[in-house]
Amino acid sequence: MFLFKLLLKNAFRHKLRTGLTMVGLVVAICAFGLLRTIVSAWYAGVESSSSTRLVTRSAVSLTFSLPQSYAGRIKAIDGVTGISWSNWFGGIYQEPRNFFPQFAVDPQSYLALYPEYQLTDEEKLAFYRDRKGCVVGKKLADKFGWKLGDVVPIKGTIYPGTWNFAIRGIWTGAEASTDENQLLFHWAYINETLRKRLGNRADTVGVYIVGINEPNNAALISQRIDTAFKNSLAETLTETEKAFQLGFVSMSEAILVAIQAVSFIIVVIIMAVMANTMTMTARERLAEYATLKALGFPPEFVVKLLFGESLLIALLGGLLGVLLTLPLASGFGAVVGSLLPRFHVSAGTMALQMGAALVVGLVAAAWPAWKMSRIDIVQGLRHVA
Amino acid sequence: MSDEALICIRGLSKAYTRADQQIPVLLNIDLDVPAGDFVALMGPSGSGKSTLLNLIAGIDKPSSGSIHIGGVDIATLSEGALADWRAANVGFIFQFYNLMPVLTAFENVELPLLLTSLSSRQRKQHVQAALEMVRLTDRMDHYPNELSGGQQQRVAIARALVSDPTLIVADEPTGDLDRHTGEEVLSLLDNLNRSLGKTIVMVTHDPKAASRARRMVHLEKGVLVDDMPA
Repeated sequence: MFLFKLLLKNAFRHKLRTGLTMVGLVVAICAFGLLRTIVSAWYAGVESSSSTRLVTRSAVSLTFSLPQSYAGRIKAIDGVTGISWSNWFGGIYQEPRNFFPQFAVDPQSYLALYPEYQLTDEEKLAFYRDRKGCVVGKKLADKFGWKLGDVVPIKGTIYPGTWNFAIRGIWTGAEASTDENQLLFHWAYINETLRKRLGNRADTVGVYIVGINEPNNAALISQRIDTAFKNSLAETLTETEKAFQLGFVSMSEAILVAIQAVSFIIVVIIMAVMANTMTMTARERLAEYATLKALGFPPEFVVKLLFGESLLIALLGGLLGVLLTLPLASGFGAVVGSLLPRFHVSAGTMALQMGAALVVGLVAAAWPAWKMSRIDIVQGLRHVA
Repeated sequence: MSDEALICIRGLSKAYTRADQQIPVLLNIDLDVPAGDFVALMGPSGSGKSTLLNLIAGIDKPSSGSIHIGGVDIATLSEGALADWRAANVGFIFQFYNLMPVLTAFENVELPLLLTSLSSRQRKQHVQAALEMVRLTDRMDHYPNELSGGQQQRVAIARALVSDPTLIVADEPTGDLDRHTGEEVLSLLDNLNRSLGKTIVMVTHDPKAASRARRMVHLEKGVLVDDMPA
């Protein structure tokens, strides 16, 4: 009790110094949390991947399409339980900064493979029946204030012209990791138009989504699919949905590594600042620690005082940093919008932030505590004189 | 060793090492201090009087020789055992008071008692009695920076006697005080010695302060040159 009272009083003895150190900690822990959240948000698609879905694309590149006729052959392969397909639409809603993913899909088979997109039966039916209809995720609808029946005009960049889609359903994600920032519409709708305008681009799909019976068979089934189309004009590359998503992330891996490195560098910098503060503090109190030791207090008492003070400041700064991260992340998430659709601070990130604060507190006190525990009492007492 | 001596020092030497060079500070000191005595250690600067006091107080280790206090050879004790011994047997009074600035007068006086098994209530009684002895009960909730130099030294004296130690060591207790306040502090020490029978060893270079002791011990260049009644 006395120890806690003394370290509490010591911690706030120099209010300005402690205050500035804490501000530094709050900023560092907050920045650390935000950067970790950016990295997590980048990997969000990977986390929400299903282990029972494979993605088949052109072996050459994702920019090359596959014939729609492959669907039947893939479905017939042993271990495949479902097949669907999608095309990246890449359109613009009002202006480029309103970016969000749009996919042309085969509605029934696609929604069957994505049960996490939760729609009512009525919404599904309305979507199936309306070839110009679409379904959107709830976050996307909330962002633009869309409601059922609204018509969303999207200007095509890959598919020329302006396309109007009537909203027939708004899905909510079954899990927190489910993406609610997409728009799905009928593949048949654009395919019909392509047949009329650009015949050579019709009847092709960007990727096939393949449902499988057993996650453990993913490699075997992938091999079977790719073997089936070997030496054809459009060879395939099949991988798990997770590997497919990771492929996208790996394109920006260097940036992610840099962000992660910066997040740790920030912690190291504040660690050095805090260590400097604690060293200065300890040096100033040399005579006090010597007096305590002269009175009979063991060296461990001085060690506890310094570690306690350092941890108190670090954890308080860490806690304030975590609390500040939440509204900042919320604001940041609103600004980046659908670019990083799932931008929220996870419990894991908050634990990491507090862990970083704990490490900062421990490391900062280590050297001065060791030094002060070994001070010569006579030398320490002379420090006053 | 004298049978009645509380402090019995034999062949005590102390040397410091500076840049691979041995600098002798105390040379072959023999000294007996009976229980209840009040000794003033005197000498010019660099004579070794403070070093001798530090060795008696157990906050420094001799290079050779023995220091028996209350029958215990403190020169042979480990760091931990020496800390326990100091807590139980020695009360310290420093020239610059050495109070904890973040603690009140009451809390500063309570410090040595935190190393005992006394209950909170018992500690409070002891602290109040000690503060009463130095006439500072009305200032017990004040912080050191709210007290004058003399008052701070009185708090330090209360801290030195609160655990009822066998021995009180005082290093220039009046060195930072004006003459009048210094007299008050010396009167207090005198009172502790005469009324409570506390053994006091005090370092001073002030002959007036030394005259309040019962005995004066002179050191010069690390050698005990004179030992006479005050």
